[in-house]
Amino acid sequence: MDTLIIAGRSFRSRLMVGTGKFSSNAAMVAAMEGSGCEIVTVALRRVDIDNPHDSILAHIDRSKYLLLPNTSGARDAEEAVRLARLARAAGCEPWVKLEVTPDPFYLLPDPIETLKAAEILVKDGFVVLPYINADPVLAKRLQEAGTATVMPLGAPIGTNKGVRTRDSIAIIIEQAIVPVVVDAGLGAPSHAAEAMEMGADAVLVNTALAVARDPGRMSSAFRKGVEAGHEAYLAGLGRQQDRAEASSPLTGFLRN
Amino acid sequence: MSFQETLDSYDLSEIEARIAAKQPADVKAALAATQLGPDDFMALLSPAAAVYLEPLAQRAHRLTVQRFGKTILMYAPLYLSNECTNGCRYCGFNARNSVPRRTLTFDEIEAEARVLHARGFRHLLLVTGEAPKAADTAYLAAAVTRLRALFSSLSIEVYPMDEAGYRQLIAAGVDGLTLYQETYDRALYAEMHPFGKKRDFDFRLRAPEHAAAAGMRRIGVGALLGLGKFRVEAFCTGLHALHLARRFWRSHLTISFPRMRPADGGFQPLNPVSDRDFVQLICALRLLLPDAGLVMSTRESAQLRDNLLPLGITQMSAGSCTSPGGYTEKDDSGRQFVIDDDRSPAEVEAMLRQHGYDPVWKDWDAAFHQKSI
Repeated sequence: MDTLIIAGRSFRSRLMVGTGKFSSNAAMVAAMEGSGCEIVTVALRRVDIDNPHDSILAHIDRSKYLLLPNTSGARDAEEAVRLARLARAAGCEPWVKLEVTPDPFYLLPDPIETLKAAEILVKDGFVVLPYINADPVLAKRLQEAGTATVMPLGAPIGTNKGVRTRDSIAIIIEQAIVPVVVDAGLGAPSHAAEAMEMGADAVLVNTALAVARDPGRMSSAFRKGVEAGHEAYLAGLGRQQDRAEASSPLTGFLRN
Repeated sequence: MSFQETLDSYDLSEIEARIAAKQPADVKAALAATQLGPDDFMALLSPAAAVYLEPLAQRAHRLTVQRFGKTILMYAPLYLSNECTNGCRYCGFNARNSVPRRTLTFDEIEAEARVLHARGFRHLLLVTGEAPKAADTAYLAAAVTRLRALFSSLSIEVYPMDEAGYRQLIAAGVDGLTLYQETYDRALYAEMHPFGKKRDFDFRLRAPEHAAAAGMRRIGVGALLGLGKFRVEAFCTGLHALHLARRFWRSHLTISFPRMRPADGGFQPLNPVSDRDFVQLICALRLLLPDAGLVMSTRESAQLRDNLLPLGITQMSAGSCTSPGGYTEKDDSGRQFVIDDDRSPAEVEAMLRQHGYDPVWKDWDAAFHQKSI
């Protein structure tokens, strides 16, 4: 069976879901269920991690979902590391979606602080999934630091614009030796399918589900998009034809 | 993860069968692909691709021009020693061959190097056999220190080392490594290397990783064509290069395709590679690795080298001698093998210009090695 393996752990689903911006916890649960996801990310700043009755945490069945705390809101490495350690101390598994986003407008990740935090967290025993701009060299630096994945953005968070960083993501997919999860900016199932057709290992979606009229139904649509894209990738998409061949022969000398 | 684990996960006879089973449709798909997977690469190496040689060559040519322009980096080998304790059955330096043995003194090395410098070379490849007593790491480091000021780039083609050995040579001023695995077939490797330290297949296979980890800027790999089945060897070479490129992404990769030449000892190629197969192999590797340097030595004939020029080659040697002292003295009885293209560097330069290519003599600088600012 074709599974996604992150840090030695297997997942059947290639769709990860975020928990922000939902109009109600019922809508959030519907989105999680409709998506078929196995990994759910939660902003540590949003939840009371020590309190099992926290309104969000109480709705996440941890026997079904891997709770992936994220450090959203951290402005530098130090803040991100502190948040991750707090989550682990509260009993979360040592997995962290590393987000260092000092720019409050587009929430774009700071590459320097992200790398710094990743180095510290990996040494600290965390399984680190860093959110990054679609920068192939940064992806390599993080992979070298020991992160479990790289999570390049398709477009800024919440913009629903799709895979706008396509060319850079293609390079990351070509070169990475850890799973590539396209995160942020995917606004439609077709965007998710596009990322998967390109060979991404998984995608993470939040806003598109949270703001849909029917989050449960939209998450089911994303699930199909991810599955369709991945299956098409495995099946081998028909390739765009190269341009016409030049006429001057390069191998004529072999006929002599 | 070492490439050794990847290689061990493959069964070479299964690779051969999979390549043989490729169909024209697989070749067409591979020719149209923007990025090749292992099966695409197999298709390009397959017998089915033989009739697509011209489109394959056109694609290889376009990719090379796109990535490198019409330039050829010029380099020359400088043989420092032909003393050797190994028994490689195909090699003129085989310890059992009765050729005159010699290890150059540092003055002799400099004299040889000055001849090459006067011919225009700024990129040198320093070559030895494997003789720890005659030419050890300290000897190589001292030779490099002696030559550093004269040349832009100094590479080595010597015995494999551990990371510490490569660090020592990088500190002395070495920026490139060439190390052929000879064959990726363990059983054949054992047969071809009956005695000597070179018998250790795994140590040799891991050495490029040691060099890259030590910070070597250029890493060259290749298989000696004529030993194993060329399609399988080419597949493994490509896989090896790709493995290194993904993990040691700061190092630039080069691939060579040394085709077996007559050598003292009279060894005959086990699996001769025809010119047609040779072209297919070079073009397939270019499509797999659009950014790799592809190296063509003087083992090949002048006519063939001229024709191979547009197919993907990015660096060439010229006027090479394969015996220690060969550039300053006439006697080449201690040579490793007989070269074919015996044109002078100036003649090769003229040929390149005539074909619209720019010969590049300097494409590196010693300043990269200075760690202080």
